Amino acid sequence: MRSVAFLPCCMTTVAVAHASMGSTNIFAPQSTPARSIFHLSILVLTITGIIFVVVSTLLLYSILKFRSTSATANSEPAQVYGSTQIELAWTVIPILIVVVLFVATARGIHEIQDAPEPESAVEVTVIGHQFWWEYRYPQLGVVTANELHIPVSDPAHPKPTFLQLLSADTDHSFWVPELAGKTDLIPNHPNRMWMDPQRTGIIVGQCAQYCGTQHAKMLLRVSVDSPEDFAEWVREQQQPAIADERVAAGKRVFETTACINCHSISGTVANGRFGPDLTHLMSRTTIAAGAALNTPENLGLWIENPDAIKRGSLMPAMQLSKSEREALVGYLETLR
Amino acid sequence: MSSDAIIIPGGRVEGKPWVDALQDWVTTVDHKRIGILYIVYALIFLLLGGFEVLIIRIQLMHSRIDFVSPQVFNRMFTMHGTTMIFFVAMPVLFGFANYLVPLMVGARDMAFPRLNAFSFWLSAFGGLLLYFSFLGGSGLYGAGNAPDVGWWAYAPLTARAFSPGHSSDYWTLALLVSGFGSIGTAINIISTTLCLRCPGMRLSRMPLLVWLNLVMAGMVLIVITPLSAAQIMLLVDRYLGGHFFDAQAGGSAVLWMHFFWIFGHPEVYILVIPAFAFVSEIIPVFSRKPIFGYPVMVAATVCIGFVSLSVWAHHMFTVGMNSYANSFFAITTMAIGVPTGIKIFNWIGTMWGGRIQFKTPMLFSIGFLFQFLISGLTGIMLACVPFDWQLSLSYFVVAHFHYVIVGGILFALFAAFYYWYPKMTGRMLSERLGKWHFWLFFIGFHLTFDVMHVPGLLGMPRRIYTYEPGRGWDTLNLIVTIGAFIQAVATLVFVWNLISSYFNGAEAGNDPWDAWTLEWSTSSPPPTYNFATVPEVASRRPLWDLKHPEDPDSQYE
Repeated sequence: MRSVAFLPCCMTTVAVAHASMGSTNIFAPQSTPARSIFHLSILVLTITGIIFVVVSTLLLYSILKFRSTSATANSEPAQVYGSTQIELAWTVIPILIVVVLFVATARGIHEIQDAPEPESAVEVTVIGHQFWWEYRYPQLGVVTANELHIPVSDPAHPKPTFLQLLSADTDHSFWVPELAGKTDLIPNHPNRMWMDPQRTGIIVGQCAQYCGTQHAKMLLRVSVDSPEDFAEWVREQQQPAIADERVAAGKRVFETTACINCHSISGTVANGRFGPDLTHLMSRTTIAAGAALNTPENLGLWIENPDAIKRGSLMPAMQLSKSEREALVGYLETLR
Repeated sequence: MSSDAIIIPGGRVEGKPWVDALQDWVTTVDHKRIGILYIVYALIFLLLGGFEVLIIRIQLMHSRIDFVSPQVFNRMFTMHGTTMIFFVAMPVLFGFANYLVPLMVGARDMAFPRLNAFSFWLSAFGGLLLYFSFLGGSGLYGAGNAPDVGWWAYAPLTARAFSPGHSSDYWTLALLVSGFGSIGTAINIISTTLCLRCPGMRLSRMPLLVWLNLVMAGMVLIVITPLSAAQIMLLVDRYLGGHFFDAQAGGSAVLWMHFFWIFGHPEVYILVIPAFAFVSEIIPVFSRKPIFGYPVMVAATVCIGFVSLSVWAHHMFTVGMNSYANSFFAITTMAIGVPTGIKIFNWIGTMWGGRIQFKTPMLFSIGFLFQFLISGLTGIMLACVPFDWQLSLSYFVVAHFHYVIVGGILFALFAAFYYWYPKMTGRMLSERLGKWHFWLFFIGFHLTFDVMHVPGLLGMPRRIYTYEPGRGWDTLNLIVTIGAFIQAVATLVFVWNLISSYFNGAEAGNDPWDAWTLEWSTSSPPPTYNFATVPEVASRRPLWDLKHPEDPDSQYE
């Protein structure tokens, strides 16, 4: 799996999905936790900015003012050993600053971390895997991967999303800067975070805690949907997989090879949990946790040689013949 | 005081066959030679760690560069971090402590010279073990060679399921072995300071450098222990079926984090307190004034030593501790800013009203002050827990701690090199090359690490081997990489200065800086026995008293 095969050309052939989508600027909050952090950060930046200006001015002044000149070089300056009043002043003032910062910080912690979960909240269980995200909506019976769909939250009728964070293997961290700060996914240590985006659209982020070889390509896409779109998306995801007779050959390939060890497709024998659920694969814009656009070419390449898209990912090269591979891609393309 | 140095036959090594000279070095128990061994050893590892980071920076200078594979990239950042902390910063600071502490307290050697040599060779062996992983790590497993688990080696990435082969074992054993070496040196520094001071040198008259190294050594004794314990537990997990950190079997990944960071955060202070020690000696001499507020400086250091033992979990704000624990670690972390701020003010107070000479050691010390101020302020930002939830694990944090370690500790170390090199070798380092070194490094440093904060604010996580175009990170990373190469050039200028000045530098004499502490009263380099007659002191600045009999410090103390 940890192939060292050198694949120079392939990297450039993979179409980019993640790139053109939105920014990950922590100063462009779109959700209450991120906005609360933004307000705190402005206070902190102001205070530290003032300290910086004052202290660096003192430093610069003393460098410029007290430089040795040829007139003074041969004598020693007055030998001053200290001053209790001055020491007291520059002890007490920093203590006061610390108190202010601490109060603001404690308030921010409480506001975000101890926020109660309202009845209306959508619950999602996020499970970190090497190197992809699994999402389960226990209230809705939906299972999907890598692209999180959540409803927009109207301030008048708040509908926040609460994430339960788990890990199947190593540590990961869920970080979508414009929605909230990051929280780690740690095996055997469930965590919680929440968000209530007030604008629809795609918001991106990525895994922030080093989790192994392909930590870099464990990208996050959050689709903030209008209530209608979200309901429609849920309805589609709740359907079993479409069984299309025209792609029976591809389905047979899927069901008779190692695919089913790791992947699930509802209504088939495939119920593996090691890789993403593929029941509604074609409803997703990207594959391989955002590493490539979900196109037939990329799907074929991914099955043939995953290292070409994401070197070191745990998806093995499937060693299928060309016709088998094409049939399989044909089948996967029907999984809307 | 120096002219009475006794020439002992055979005391000088020049002219011996090189095999004998080498044997002298390998078997030495002289604190000065062990100090130099530590320093040279650290400089070699500095070049290795620097080489690794250049590979990292080439890979990241633009989106989607395929210079090395992700596996190699992950090994490079793991080896860079481990090398720089454990096999550059620790040994070079121990080297200076070894060299300077006995000289500054008027002793003839460390309290336990053989333990001292043993400690050095243990640490040296640890470094060799780490680098031997490149050859011996892969074994029969088809696994990677050098460790690739990051320098904190978070569980469960180190479990055998995720880290097959022996690469993590080399990492574990290297740290375990060098940790024992560190404990030996810490015991030595403490004993030397407490038991071997010359007559008249009360604790209240010790040079600040000695005081600060005493605090540092005390912290080493306390915090290397949990690190060593954690390494042993990890080995038990990997080879004896233990489940301390094996989350699949009910162990706790968070437990490792606590063990690692209760070492890891005080470690930052173990490294920065000796850096404080250097500038606390250098700034007064080049300002021509005694240190401002000596007792407060000592108290602030001891305070930092204690408080730093209670801040470790600020590395874990994203781990999901409850809001009370988060608040506790926020207040302790902010609180440590107070004594640290006091120190900065006292250094400025020392310069205030002085006659500042801008020799290279002073330039690096001023660079230290400026950069340490900024890294302290970004540290305050990171202590504000919700803000940390955004900044942590991003390039902002990488910029912050490099600001501490490079902008703070390394600048202070460069100052120390320029200041004490004449004492160690008898030759001055070239001022001309020194100025080149300073300005090149200063520019490179700010290009790299000022700019590096920004991709963090724009959502770039650390430890990614590549990124996609269009995220606004490309130009910033290119500037960072350019700065890194400028720093590399500056480092080569420095190494060249060390080598060429050894052969061609101006004679230093005993006291080239007109300084005030005891090491400047003996010859350069000092004889094996340091002082022909054990000195007696009556104040914090014995050489000031000697040079100014009309106005000695001793009458004010």
